[in-house]
Amino acid sequence: MSAVSIRVTVNGTPYERQVEPRTHLADFLRHDLGLTGTHLGCEHGVCGACSLLVDGRAVRGCLMLAVQADGAEVVTVEGLASAAGLSPLQEAFREFHALQCGFCTPGMLTTLVQLLEDHPEPTEAMLREELSGNLCRCTGYAGIIRAALKAAPLMKAQKETAA
Amino acid sequence: MKASRFDYHRPATRAEALDMLQTLEGAKILAGGQSLVPMLNMRYAFVDHVVDINRVDGLSGIEIGGNVRIGAMTRQRHILADPALKARLPVVAAALGFVGHLHTRNRGTIGGSLGHMDPAAELFGIATLLDATIHVESKRGPRAVAIADYPQGYMTPNLDPDEMIVGISLAPPAEGHGWSFIEFAQRHGDFAVVAVGTTLAFDAAGKVNDARIVLCGMGIAPLRLAAGEALLMGTAAEPAAIAAAADLATRQDAMSDALASERYRRHLAGVLTHRALTEARARASHGKVQ
Amino acid sequence: MTTRFFGAPVQRVEDEALITGAGRFTDDIKLKETLSAAFVRSPFAHARIVAIDASAAKEMPGVHLVLTAADLPDAWRDKRLPLDVPAPAIRHPLTQFALAAEEVCFCGEAVAVVVADTRALAEDAAEQVMVEYDPLPAVVDCREALSPESPLAQASTGDNLAAKWTNEYGDIERAFAGAAHVIAEEYFQHRGTGCPLEPRGVLAQYDRAADSFTVWSATQAPHGIKRALVEMFDIADTQVRVIAPDVGGGFGPKLLTYPEEIVIPHCAQVLGRPVKWIEDRREHMMATAQERDQLWSVKLALDAEGRILGLRGTLLHDTGAFVPWGIIMPYISATTFPGPYVVPAFKLDTSVVFTNKISTSPMRGAGRPQAVFAIERLLDRAARQLGLDRAEIRRRNLIPTEAMPYKVGLIYRDGQPLTYDSGDYPKCQQMALDTAGWDGFEARRAAARAQGRHLGIGLANYVEGTGLGPFEGATARLLPSGRILLRTGAASQGQGHRTVLAQIAADAFGVAVDEVDVEVGDTASVSVGVGAFASRLMVNAGSAVGTSSQQLALKLRHIAAAVLDARLEDIELSGGAARVMGTQGGQITFREIAKMSSGRPGFSLPKGIEPGLEATYYFAPPQAAYSNGSHVAEVEVDPQTGLVKVTRYVVAHDCGRVINPLLVDGQIQGGVAHGIGNAILERMRYDEAGNPQTTSLADYLLPDAGNVPDVEIVHMESPSPLNPLGVKGAGEGGTIPAAAAIASAIEDALSPFGVKILDAPMLPETIAMLVKDAQARKDAR
Repeated sequence: MSAVSIRVTVNGTPYERQVEPRTHLADFLRHDLGLTGTHLGCEHGVCGACSLLVDGRAVRGCLMLAVQADGAEVVTVEGLASAAGLSPLQEAFREFHALQCGFCTPGMLTTLVQLLEDHPEPTEAMLREELSGNLCRCTGYAGIIRAALKAAPLMKAQKETAA
Repeated sequence: MKASRFDYHRPATRAEALDMLQTLEGAKILAGGQSLVPMLNMRYAFVDHVVDINRVDGLSGIEIGGNVRIGAMTRQRHILADPALKARLPVVAAALGFVGHLHTRNRGTIGGSLGHMDPAAELFGIATLLDATIHVESKRGPRAVAIADYPQGYMTPNLDPDEMIVGISLAPPAEGHGWSFIEFAQRHGDFAVVAVGTTLAFDAAGKVNDARIVLCGMGIAPLRLAAGEALLMGTAAEPAAIAAAADLATRQDAMSDALASERYRRHLAGVLTHRALTEARARASHGKVQ
Repeated sequence: MTTRFFGAPVQRVEDEALITGAGRFTDDIKLKETLSAAFVRSPFAHARIVAIDASAAKEMPGVHLVLTAADLPDAWRDKRLPLDVPAPAIRHPLTQFALAAEEVCFCGEAVAVVVADTRALAEDAAEQVMVEYDPLPAVVDCREALSPESPLAQASTGDNLAAKWTNEYGDIERAFAGAAHVIAEEYFQHRGTGCPLEPRGVLAQYDRAADSFTVWSATQAPHGIKRALVEMFDIADTQVRVIAPDVGGGFGPKLLTYPEEIVIPHCAQVLGRPVKWIEDRREHMMATAQERDQLWSVKLALDAEGRILGLRGTLLHDTGAFVPWGIIMPYISATTFPGPYVVPAFKLDTSVVFTNKISTSPMRGAGRPQAVFAIERLLDRAARQLGLDRAEIRRRNLIPTEAMPYKVGLIYRDGQPLTYDSGDYPKCQQMALDTAGWDGFEARRAAARAQGRHLGIGLANYVEGTGLGPFEGATARLLPSGRILLRTGAASQGQGHRTVLAQIAADAFGVAVDEVDVEVGDTASVSVGVGAFASRLMVNAGSAVGTSSQQLALKLRHIAAAVLDARLEDIELSGGAARVMGTQGGQITFREIAKMSSGRPGFSLPKGIEPGLEATYYFAPPQAAYSNGSHVAEVEVDPQTGLVKVTRYVVAHDCGRVINPLLVDGQIQGGVAHGIGNAILERMRYDEAGNPQTTSLADYLLPDAGNVPDVEIVHMESPSPLNPLGVKGAGEGGTIPAAAAIASAIEDALSPFGVKILDAPMLPETIAMLVKDAQARKDAR
């Protein structure tokens, strides 16, 4: 059996593509859809650079086959900003110098989207524990933690306004 | 680091899945994928057919009765978040708190973890601690495998190629038991170098009537410290008894690998057993009144 | 010039693309018809290649090309990669071949390349390349490499001694003869990897019509790759353009030119299609340079008051299988050893040895962390022997600021006498101690002990030669749009160079930072360049940008003065225009100046002004600029499990004038994280046969958010007199003394057990076993 046909919605746009079963979701997004914001740092599920949201939950893009995303709603880093501009989390990343090379950043951002949704009032200790699945070699994490703490109440307020 | 070629199958029903397992040569079940997919990517595992059971109905859920039954495809995050389970068997959530990260718990399943059989996996340790029965099915019919009979070798479960894990039953100690799950790893979410889980239940006289201790990461499968359990039975789990049980933990066989030497593993087994028993004793409702 | 951006915590111009997924890393570049490559690598640390059969692989689906050494062009099949930095002390100047032909010297060395439609297909075919090896004995531990029984790491050499030399000054014999105290110890540090989150990667395109290459690489030194390609292919400088696009971290290992950077362009030329190779993590752990294994056998002579009289010993440096970066790293180690202290006499014999592991190359700190570890451990030991506080013994030996500039007595790697240009080391140490509450620590320790916890505190100082030449160039140009364009030889891997260089230029032109465009990482930008390593870019590229910007700004003022009929000294640049100062208010926008100067008929340039609105300047520093700092670490140690948690970390840092404190603090925080990894987490393990054991990120432990505290940073600013900006490098100071400070703290925490820390990394197992053994000895007494 060769390619399998799948339908997937990424950042609100529906796609229908043929994929080889062995292609993981991150490679599919990067090479089949050209959404190169999702990065690959290890391809064995440790570094977290490929983290993205599938049906609202953070997953490792390298540990899910693209065929498994058939019918799913995927959000990548390219889908975090809105027409109105950057999200509060993205703004905070810039403000607190939470990125240097930027390679881990997409995974950090998408992970934090779920994390801050689950924990709208995070503590630093909780963030440090929960972010342990996303490695950064440049920043030493301080800026990332500060940015998350700054963005959390803004995201909460945004959500309450929307509700 | 790209997987070898394989064919992909997505059964919708249990019967369809079992059919595939019976007819397809070199098939492997894809559950949460958090162990299988990295092994495929790294070409440590080669399969001809992947049978994805993520859309098979009736394989997930948690039922709490005399035993606790958890469906094979129940995601780790659901097990971690289940309030009734946490009340009845708090040691399960304690162990799951060490399992991977939110991304992997969102996908990872209990059946997948048991099927993969990583020696240091916390859920494998929990199954061993709680005298699990593993429920498997094939076209030939269902089979119940006691956890003691489950490991057949390194990452080799007692499963035939046409069999599939459908669920697991855990035998909880009496209500009010003490519990602890402690592991040693330098980073949160990593596989443990050594982990120790324990439950201690006491009778009305304050004596231990059910002691369970599991050591994870020592060998190819979690190890019940039977001698330590026997030693604690009938005692009040006082510090001397705990120290004696911990000493027994240091005398168990252990492996050496890139992560740690045999000597260090045995040392850690002793330290963690001591800590876990002490914590479990303090948490037991009968232990407290002593 | 009014300084507005220099010194301000300006947010980065790089960030918007990176936080929206619009970054452009090597693997993000899509050229039509690109093919993917995979390498066949040696599974042995040392072996003779007997035969290679690629016939089956060539028949695999989607395969376009399989090359072994025998298939490479005659002209360079037997040519080793260029040795960028030769030195007389090197006895065997061995670098890698593009593909190994007869002998493999480390596990992971490339022996063949497969090019196919996709990476997966290339990997499928690579598995079918049959290589017959005849395994040879391997030397794995550098401590055994010089033993007469040791196997040879390279069959072509008679011994494993790659290089040998001595650094010395003063009367060392007299210093030791007259010493009241002599401390003698041996320290070993194992190796780790730089491990940027983005592994290496190369994309090459060959233009047949122009007979030229364009190569994109995740490199720190595009100009270095260009030089290597020119040399290997024996082509003109104009036939190669190397671009480092967004690069996902470097930390040293990405500054070398690797075989893949030669082989992939060749494949693109053979096939006439673009070819891409993206290193996977396992390849990175096997085939990208690593660092730190060194054995220091050293002695410190002191007088009765604890003043240093002399420092001597031997340094054994593991270069791995080759010497791609010459002896730069061990040379830096040797010359960093005296540190910020007055050391009247010094003698260090350095031996560099081959082993059958991937080569070593500079990695964040580049040989300095080991040297700092050695001197700082010796001082801790001396403090204990003399009954002095660890801060006090350092205070007695730190070079006083009055002695600046201070000539150490050694020659540094830039060939200049090792001369510390500026700084106040005693004051810097005091700032760190005050911030950390060094004097109040005993109370904190006692409170923790009462809860059964073991706290420790440690201190380490360092001085670091930064801003190495030979030079870097920059061109400032006024674009027709009125925007400023900077073209530099710089390459960036996350440091934020575009922001900082724009800050420097923005001040010169009186514009906002976002009105300055900065090109980095493209050899087409400037004809010659060096690269981003050795914390050199702010000194070199920063100064070049500063001077070229000022030259162009002056030209703009000249033109404006002529057009506005004003005196030059009355013209100021602000808001994208040149204005006449004062109330009369004439002005001309940059855009108008650009338009006028674009060669429009009817407009003459003012007398004495040459055409062209650009200025180029190459800055060549007279010598290195020396940054320094003092680190204080607090740790909690579990003596039973050996687990170490760094609970607090203070850095007092002096990198001269700070252009952007937000970014400098980021460099320090990140550097400390790397140092914590080196100290307590990261160990690249090999088995006895030289097979790497930690080739995944599950086995090789990088620090996570739970391992790294929020570093408390305080700055001193001792401007360097050696460059117009007064700056010094800031990229490595966070890492350099971290292992030393943490070792000091761990040993302090374990003082009730009498444990000595001699090696790094200090892993839980080592610590727990040291404690256990110490207790067993105590019990036996």
